[in-house]
Amino acid sequence: MARADAADGGALHRYANPLRFQRIADAVYPWVLGATAALAPIGLWWALVVAPADYQQGDAYRIIFVHVPAAWMALFTYLVLAVAAAVGLIWRHPLAEVAARAAAPIGACFTAIALLTGSIWGKPMWGTWWEWDARLTSVLILFFLYLGYIALHDAFDDVARGARAAAILAIVGVVNLPIIKFSVDWWNTLHQPATVMRLDGPRIDPAMLWPLLLMALVYKLYFVAVLLLRMRAELTGRRIANLRAAQGA
Amino acid sequence: MLSAASALLRRDLRLALRRPGESLLGIVFFVLALSLFPLGVGASPEILARIGAGVIWVLALLAVLLGLERLWQSDHEDGSLELLLLAAAPLELLVVAKCLAHWLTSGLILAAASPLLALLMGLPGEALWALPAALLLGTPTLTLLGAIGAALLLGSRRGSVLAALLVLPLYIPVLIFGVSAVDGYVMGLGGRPQLLILAAMLLAALALAPFAIAAALRLAAE
Repeated sequence: MARADAADGGALHRYANPLRFQRIADAVYPWVLGATAALAPIGLWWALVVAPADYQQGDAYRIIFVHVPAAWMALFTYLVLAVAAAVGLIWRHPLAEVAARAAAPIGACFTAIALLTGSIWGKPMWGTWWEWDARLTSVLILFFLYLGYIALHDAFDDVARGARAAAILAIVGVVNLPIIKFSVDWWNTLHQPATVMRLDGPRIDPAMLWPLLLMALVYKLYFVAVLLLRMRAELTGRRIANLRAAQGA
Repeated sequence: MLSAASALLRRDLRLALRRPGESLLGIVFFVLALSLFPLGVGASPEILARIGAGVIWVLALLAVLLGLERLWQSDHEDGSLELLLLAAAPLELLVVAKCLAHWLTSGLILAAASPLLALLMGLPGEALWALPAALLLGTPTLTLLGAIGAALLLGSRRGSVLAALLVLPLYIPVLIFGVSAVDGYVMGLGGRPQLLILAAMLLAALALAPFAIAAALRLAAE
């Protein structure tokens, strides 16, 4: 079966075969998980103990190492979701549909973490838990987009119909990504503008930048590990459902 | 091609005129819900004038949202949606005609009624023309964006609650610029840039939304 697929498809369809995907995922998953487990303590220790305290914010700034990577990943995961949804919609790529649905709850969690840690950070720094500032509001919209995608995906009896309807919604929602990214530049509000990803180089001390980048890597590895886990679980679930249906018939 | 679209527009308008209750219900909701606010927040004129523009915009959003259900649902049930899909004219054009007909019987009426509501809320004189102008530019965008959500939900298990979850996040930019345009004129700062942004959003929605709506309708008919 795998051989027949390889003969008639390009690279895109080569990896559409769930069995081949399972084999690759089985091989990659332990390494990604191991790397996450190994790097997370190093990153946290570096961020929370080794990195110097901020001259202005003291130790309270250390929440940046949890907050900023979560916010980056909230945007990145939505991009992954939207691209996977588009690939699933256009080429009817079955694995892309599974990947989009698997990414959605992870992205919703990253968004929730970004909102929560931002709120905890905001209390000592801005003196308020929540501010209706442009970036906070647009990230909240992103959170609702994730929830809407999940709800729409699961609102149909027919799984394929739900996947495609939700994919259209995900693509429409991409409009929100540039709004979030540039909200702090367009509206001069409470949230600070970009300090790391700037054309003239990062405006943050290297002693703080390196643990931040390490934490970003840990978040990304964690995302890949959980995505693979969820996709494998979904594919196995489908296989069980098929077997049950075959037995029942 | 255009004759098919105009025939569809005339059909939808005639259907709406034969059952005026459905489109008028939106207005009734609009006025009724507005009359709850003086009861809820207290009838002091300063508070009402301060929150008036925002409240009227939020209610317009909800009124459009409530009216969306009748946009595709009846056509989906009686099979005329399938005829639209089979028609020789491009579906994207027919979708624009349907949305235009829907807007003429919902958003336009809301905009026409809004000066009256502005008086009820005690908004200053500038709002009497700024509010309908902002609503005229904003509500077509709301109809087009909402039509995407309504089309996606055709045939789903839970309709209208989910429609709010899908559509309201997309409405937020329109709300922000709509309210700030009216507030700009009310406070004497001028709201021309906000009105232009509303117009830009309308043009972008008009250019892009029909493709998303058509894709969703094709999916619903599969």
